[in-house]
Amino acid sequence: MSKIIKLRIRNLKKSFGSKMVLNGINLDICEGKSLVVIGASGSGKSVLLKCIIGLIRPDSGVIEIDGKNVISLPRYEREAYMHKFGVLFQGGALFDSLSVWENVAFGLIATRNINRSTARGIALKKLAQVGLSEDVANLSTADLSGGMQKRVSLARSIANDPKFIFFDEPTTGLDPIMADIINKLIVKCTRDLGITGFLITHDMSSARKIADRIAMLYHGKIIWEGAVNKIDNSGNNYVNQFINGKAELPI
Amino acid sequence: MNPLAAIGRNFITFLASTGRIVLFALSIICHCLQPPLYLRLILRQFIEIGYHSLPMVGMTTLCSGMVVALQSYTGFARFFAEETVATVVVISMLRELSPVLTGLMVAGRVGASMAAEIGAMQVTEQIDALTTLSTNPYKYLIVPRIIASIISLPFLVLIGDIIGVYGGFMIGIYKLNFNAASYIFFIVHHLEKIDVIAGMAKAIVFGFLITLMGCYQGFNSRRGARGVGLATTNAVVVASIMILLTNYIITEIFFIN
Repeated sequence: MSKIIKLRIRNLKKSFGSKMVLNGINLDICEGKSLVVIGASGSGKSVLLKCIIGLIRPDSGVIEIDGKNVISLPRYEREAYMHKFGVLFQGGALFDSLSVWENVAFGLIATRNINRSTARGIALKKLAQVGLSEDVANLSTADLSGGMQKRVSLARSIANDPKFIFFDEPTTGLDPIMADIINKLIVKCTRDLGITGFLITHDMSSARKIADRIAMLYHGKIIWEGAVNKIDNSGNNYVNQFINGKAELPI
Repeated sequence: MNPLAAIGRNFITFLASTGRIVLFALSIICHCLQPPLYLRLILRQFIEIGYHSLPMVGMTTLCSGMVVALQSYTGFARFFAEETVATVVVISMLRELSPVLTGLMVAGRVGASMAAEIGAMQVTEQIDALTTLSTNPYKYLIVPRIIASIISLPFLVLIGDIIGVYGGFMIGIYKLNFNAASYIFFIVHHLEKIDVIAGMAKAIVFGFLITLMGCYQGFNSRRGARGVGLATTNAVVVASIMILLTNYIITEIFFIN
């Protein structure tokens, strides 16, 4: 088992006005493993993710990726760092002015300066990896169903062969079967290829399938963290309430 | 509720947003001067902003040229009518009407669509996605629009000048029964280089302002359909006010002294 720490977060804080959203987060992810952060809506999951991928600047703390603190990096170096990441957004965030294959190939054309036909070839390969045929490649993204959009978005996030993929609630808004398909695809794209994964969700079935470790975020703090098979015996009331989906206290 | 506090709060909000717009404008200018530039996107914006605005600009300037000819005749040009009408049409079209009307029409058409498009992209996280795909959203979304609009607006105004003067000519010949040859002589006689240049200088500034406001409002659009709708309205209203204001300032710079 590899013990190289891919992502290290120490004492990360972020507040909007007087509202403290992240109040001292500490997390580690080992290389090739997947960490799933669970938490109720509004607990700060999305803010945490956006801090890590550099869309929001945290107030204080350390985010180290491959041993390098990325918070203090200047903008252009930070942009270069993005090459190593793939990000799957909650709503897919596909560019609706472009066709399916152009979406998948977007990062390739933007960063590697390869020509369009080569990029198209790679895009088709990635689409096949997520179970989409060549027929959809020329469609407009607006014509796709929700599940298909998620798959295209997944294909786009793995197009650059990243070493680290972030997932923002990948199964939200999908039916249970499609959610399971997406979960399996995520496992295929991360664990099976030895890629590090960071996923935020409130869908427990998704968390159990994908995670090596699970952390629970509550009121801006990590209140429990452990291996996925320990979560049913966490001994933590909040975690128990969340995984069993009960409306009663304490949350 | 203290009315003074309300006035103060609004004033501070106004100052803060003015500051934000200026900073936004400065960073856009910096991005315009640094590679990479996306040529494909610039060309697409030329077609969208320049070519597709042609019918609207032509129609607006034609009608206003005709109206100016008619009004200047009925109002104050019974004597030396040919010379006066020709002069008034040429000067008012070239200096003021063509640039301002073109600016306002393009603000309504292009500025609104920019704010709506970029606002919708912001709401659906497409702009975040651009950043994560190592593409600077300023360079990808704003710079092509700015470049296309500051180049195509002067051409639109130039075309508007020609169509507007021609509109006045048509009214002069067919409605007021002027002599065509002498009308054309007066047009050429009163046509000055500075008028054309001033109109085009205005067009460049207006083009920048329209795109600046469209993109700024889109980028800062709040979530939801209402947020995008508000961004669109603001883009058009603020751009229109800025056009009228800067129009006065540029007129003063060019023509008073």
